[in-house]
Amino acid sequence: MKNFAKFSIIAIFIAIGFTLYSCNKGGSGNEILIGQFASLTGSEATFGISSDNGLKLAVEEINKSGGLLGKQVKLVTEDNQGKPQETQTVVQKLINRDKVVAIIGEVASSRSKAGAPICQQNKIPMISPASTNPEVTAIGDYIFRVCFIDPFQATVMSKFALNSMKVKKVAMLIDQKNAYSTGLAENFRKIFTQMGGEIIEEQKYSAGDKDFKAQLTSIKAKNPEAIFIPGYYTDVNLISIQAREIGLTCPLFGSDGWESEKLTEGKAKDALEGSFFSTHVSTEDPNPKIQDFIKKYRAKYNSEPDAMSFLAYDAGMMLFDAIKKANSTEGEKIKNELAKEKDFPGVTGNITMNEQRNAVKPAVVLEIKDGKFKYKETIAP
Amino acid sequence: MSEFIQQVINGLSLGAIYALIALGYTMVYGILKFINFAHGEIFMLGAFSGFYIARLLGFNESSIIGALIILMLSMTTCALIGVTIEKLAYKPLRSASKLTVLITAIGVSLFLQYTGQLVFGADPKSFPTLLTNVNFKIAGANIGSNQIVVIVSSIVLMFGLREIVMRTKIGTAIRAVSNNLTAASLMGININNVISFTFVLGSSLAAAAGILYSINYPSIDPLMGILPGLKAFIAAVLGGIGNFPGAVLGGLVIGLIETFTVGYLSPTYRDAIAFAILIIILLVKPTGLLGKKEVEKV
Repeated sequence: MKNFAKFSIIAIFIAIGFTLYSCNKGGSGNEILIGQFASLTGSEATFGISSDNGLKLAVEEINKSGGLLGKQVKLVTEDNQGKPQETQTVVQKLINRDKVVAIIGEVASSRSKAGAPICQQNKIPMISPASTNPEVTAIGDYIFRVCFIDPFQATVMSKFALNSMKVKKVAMLIDQKNAYSTGLAENFRKIFTQMGGEIIEEQKYSAGDKDFKAQLTSIKAKNPEAIFIPGYYTDVNLISIQAREIGLTCPLFGSDGWESEKLTEGKAKDALEGSFFSTHVSTEDPNPKIQDFIKKYRAKYNSEPDAMSFLAYDAGMMLFDAIKKANSTEGEKIKNELAKEKDFPGVTGNITMNEQRNAVKPAVVLEIKDGKFKYKETIAP
Repeated sequence: MSEFIQQVINGLSLGAIYALIALGYTMVYGILKFINFAHGEIFMLGAFSGFYIARLLGFNESSIIGALIILMLSMTTCALIGVTIEKLAYKPLRSASKLTVLITAIGVSLFLQYTGQLVFGADPKSFPTLLTNVNFKIAGANIGSNQIVVIVSSIVLMFGLREIVMRTKIGTAIRAVSNNLTAASLMGININNVISFTFVLGSSLAAAAGILYSINYPSIDPLMGILPGLKAFIAAVLGGIGNFPGAVLGGLVIGLIETFTVGYLSPTYRDAIAFAILIIILLVKPTGLLGKKEVEKV
């Protein structure tokens, strides 16, 4: 009898679960569902949080101005905890259970690469706000991005290192398990040597490592003039501290993966003084569009936006524009309109999709001063 | 040459931390004959309690006294946590098979990792600067004061442990219990007290390791205990599980091998080599470098 009681309680719970579940499904008739996957937790949490904030701002704005095709836009954000495996699960969920019409995600290239094949298979357009690895959009014709790609970023940093920093002998420290890092390193090696620079040492690490002293000691033995670290901010934070601890004094420079207020947390504030990185946008840019966005962002979140917020906002706005032009929520029609986007007026500049579905845009170089990111120069494609 | 010396210092300061954690594994094994896999999580909790205690005390200027207070408080916190875990999870299983306890330990380990993510958040936190690092040059090698702090504090803690185990009454009891639990209990030793005290010692050493690790690598997250915990386990096996000097030797050897692998070979092989050592030592000399051969009595 006791067993039967237990069994029935479980059965009731399952039944309740199913009812709740089916209520949630699909979204009602006067809503358009947009999905987003982002790393809201994990070691790149600020990437996810910033882009989520930016995208929410875009959704809020479109709903205020009357919505899309006479319907309100609803955003479903899923946290992938910064893991590629988790990404596949949440993208499946967004497409199959929530039935979203399009997906925005992710900042990190390796996670975009994990989600993109599923979107491609299901014919759901996906826009990555900030993944710069070229292979992301090569996955298929449903995959787009609103940022520049790594060969260009590598050119920017090569030019900057040679012309502005006046360094020729550079060492690299690469995150070997990260598509973004290895891809960028490869491009930098090629372009920097073509331009007359020299890579005198290459060392590797894996994201999540805490001890970089062995690699940095080997780098130090070669006396580089600067170290290029194409990696993410959590690791760069620790690397910079340890580099100074073992007596490496040369400047460090990197790429848009450094973009986070957490980069200069703790001792890294001093360790990174005078270092540089390339990214998509500078908050110091006097351009009224950018300043306007910063104002809106501050008012809503009471914090400062970073490049990921700008790009996610642009990704959202471009998607809404394409849905409007397609006058439909069918994946194929949205995709066709996205591919035709030309001079779309984004906050981060005018966005034009090229044949590889990448945006062609200038990059900015920022200098780290007193823990803040100061505008240094803009380098056009 | 200066590069070599620097790598040796890097390796020793990493190895000293492994040695501190390995001592906890070895002590518990010596007495209860099981591997406490949750030990790496005590290391993590040591770092986090340091983080929160520093915040609670409003610590912002680096000072030696402040660092010592935080170290002591965090060691006390973790000693309490360690004893609580023992009382709740392991004590009820005292008469169960060793395998049951081992699996429970894995359960406790996972419980702490994921509860940690829930309570502390999954994103890494920046550990406060307890001690300002000063660089000085020895024979052309650049040595950070924090590396020396780690090495010296580890030596002090290990000697403290040695004194407790060799010179005090409870230390004698620990040795008696690890020699033969049943016989010791027949001689009137309170086994439960001895076991609790072992967890106090092991957990506070793990907490100290957590703080020292975070001084050198100031980014902490709830999963930070997994790899150092495993490496320290390898160190304990390498030195001879149950053997105190063996754990220290094992820790230093693993630290040095890791650093040299990364510095001169490739970081790809770092973990692979550490685990290869575990396999080789289990195949060739399962009692470890300093372990004594024991005759199994049937």
